Amino acid sequence: MHYLPQIVFVLLTGVAVWLFSKKAGEIRRNILLGKDEDLSDNPAIRWRNLVLLALGQKKMFNNPLVAVMHLIIYAGFIIINIEVLEIVLDGLLGTHRLFAPYLGGLYNFLINSFEILAVGVLVVCIIFLVRRNILKLKRFLSKDLNGWPRSDANYILITEIFLMGLFLKMNAMDQALQARGTEHYYITGHFVISSLLSPFFESFPTHFLIGFERTAWWLHIAGIFAFLNYLPYSKHLHILLAFPNSYYARLAVPGKMKNMPAVQNEVLYAMQPELAPADATPPARFGAKDVFDLSWKNLLDAYSCTECGRCSTACPANSTGKLLSPRKIMMATRDRLEEVGKNINTNKEFKDDGKSLLHDYISVEELRACTTCNACVEECPVSISPLEIIVELRRSLIMEESNAPQEWNGTFSNIENNFAPWKFSPDDRDAWVRQ
Amino acid sequence: MKVNTMAELMMNGETPDILFWVGCAGSFDQRAQKITKAFATILDKVGYKFAILGKEEACTGDPARRAGNEFLFQMMAYQNIQVLNGYGIKKIVTTCPHCFNTLKNEYPELGGNYEVIHHTTLLQQLIDEGKIKMKEGGSFKGKKISYHDSCYLGRANNIYEAPRKVLEVLDAELVEMKRCRKNGLCCGAGGAQMFKEDEPGNKRINIERTDEALDTGASIIAAACPFCNTMMSDGVKNREKENEVAVFDIAEMIAESMV
Repeated sequence: MHYLPQIVFVLLTGVAVWLFSKKAGEIRRNILLGKDEDLSDNPAIRWRNLVLLALGQKKMFNNPLVAVMHLIIYAGFIIINIEVLEIVLDGLLGTHRLFAPYLGGLYNFLINSFEILAVGVLVVCIIFLVRRNILKLKRFLSKDLNGWPRSDANYILITEIFLMGLFLKMNAMDQALQARGTEHYYITGHFVISSLLSPFFESFPTHFLIGFERTAWWLHIAGIFAFLNYLPYSKHLHILLAFPNSYYARLAVPGKMKNMPAVQNEVLYAMQPELAPADATPPARFGAKDVFDLSWKNLLDAYSCTECGRCSTACPANSTGKLLSPRKIMMATRDRLEEVGKNINTNKEFKDDGKSLLHDYISVEELRACTTCNACVEECPVSISPLEIIVELRRSLIMEESNAPQEWNGTFSNIENNFAPWKFSPDDRDAWVRQ
Repeated sequence: MKVNTMAELMMNGETPDILFWVGCAGSFDQRAQKITKAFATILDKVGYKFAILGKEEACTGDPARRAGNEFLFQMMAYQNIQVLNGYGIKKIVTTCPHCFNTLKNEYPELGGNYEVIHHTTLLQQLIDEGKIKMKEGGSFKGKKISYHDSCYLGRANNIYEAPRKVLEVLDAELVEMKRCRKNGLCCGAGGAQMFKEDEPGNKRINIERTDEALDTGASIIAAACPFCNTMMSDGVKNREKENEVAVFDIAEMIAESMV
């Protein structure tokens, strides 16, 4: 019986880690369903992007107040999780505050820092809940977030408030128990925040306090494991994927569109047939109809998106009431990719479900509204490009389906026949010189 | 002013300092032709030896590529690169940010390698070198001017300062719109939108942008792109402000104010 808590803890940890690794593996597999693309050049610039954009959250500082609050949650949450190391070791070894005797004053300093950060996280999470649900911020009211995405955001904030609360409560009980000299509770000295809470518990009988302290301890660690396993299903996955996504960000100037060497060669062989290899086969598909046709980076983008909506606020089409929302493009891509992933889980390999990203998830009207202005790309704090997906889908629409608005068909034929998008005679191209 | 074509220069065994890529808007659009002429006049006045391709120039393919028609883009690119390489072109200047972006960023991997600069950058260089000198008390002196960032110059190519530096020599009052530089709002023409009706919505993008420009109280909206120019001019007309507010390309303003 003595080892029961340790056995339970080992089982809990094992299940949590196993479930997370399984889902993480699936996400990796899903991302690699995308087309291969080498983005490993210029490692120095890439590391710089990772440090500035992901770690330093550079673009968040376009709005300094929100950036500081976001940084508090992020830093707080990550740093406080150092404490999890001790909690896990205590759980496995059946010890209590394992590091305290070895670290002495440093231990107190660390716990005090964690407690102050925990209060910071708690307060900012409450402010963010208010921002999302009470203040009328357009990007949070958007219909993009109706249903699960809006709840998802709130669940994350509420969970973080709970976890921070449990952490402080656990320490407060501990302080009260230390004051009584209860066996097992190592005298650490004064904790700056929880000592303010402990007087409330002073009148409780010792076995009550121990029960409360243990409950808070177990709920805290179980909550962290639950949160870990919630991440892969949530927009909150960005806390992990912001790093690779910033690293693999495209380095070319934003104005440059990705070339299609297959089409380039088709045209070359048509113009200079002598260059065409005998076994030249045209590519199976032009542009992207489904997630398989996008680059793996586009799919990593989709999983990295935290649905903040800065892109859609900046989007000229979205802000003038058009259907297009760059955020929704990313959410739709992830939804479709998740669906494909489930299909593969069930059928061992992808079984055609008669659906595709284009049409079933993203409509022609959305794609048609884009001005390719790069505002969404510029805005994204974690280097996502909704634009790349939009143009790849447009390529499929035009080249696979010949699906263009009437005016564009006119434009195309003018360019082809008159070498200008309008119906002017090419002979008049230099007419301005003589006027 | 005599504007030479590459073919003419070639016949005389001459090479120009720079090729002026006029672009489709600059060649055919009546409003944009004025920008073309203004810029050609500037080049002529400072003694720059330039040439145009004339009838041999063709659309770079930008609108086709952005609409999704990669075949048409590649055909245009192939044709243009053949012509440009045939003349051994080294340096190109253009008054259109879309042509600029395509020539500079998208032609190199297709075999077209040139030094490409936008006319606002060239104007800034000419001013810095003292080759462009301004009249005393030019017509824009003291006027309130707001510069509209072209997406294909700004975000797409990180050129924010050159157009503003050029405007500074006009001795005018420069005011920024609420959304400027990296946050600049598109005029609504990019991505081949210029060539079709807007998708359903509650406002046209050019009206939204024009309203922002009008909010500054500026009497002149400065543009550096023929398409932005059209969009903003239409917006000003739509708001019935064409008697109070004018839309000019930076080249037009310099041409009018230089000695």
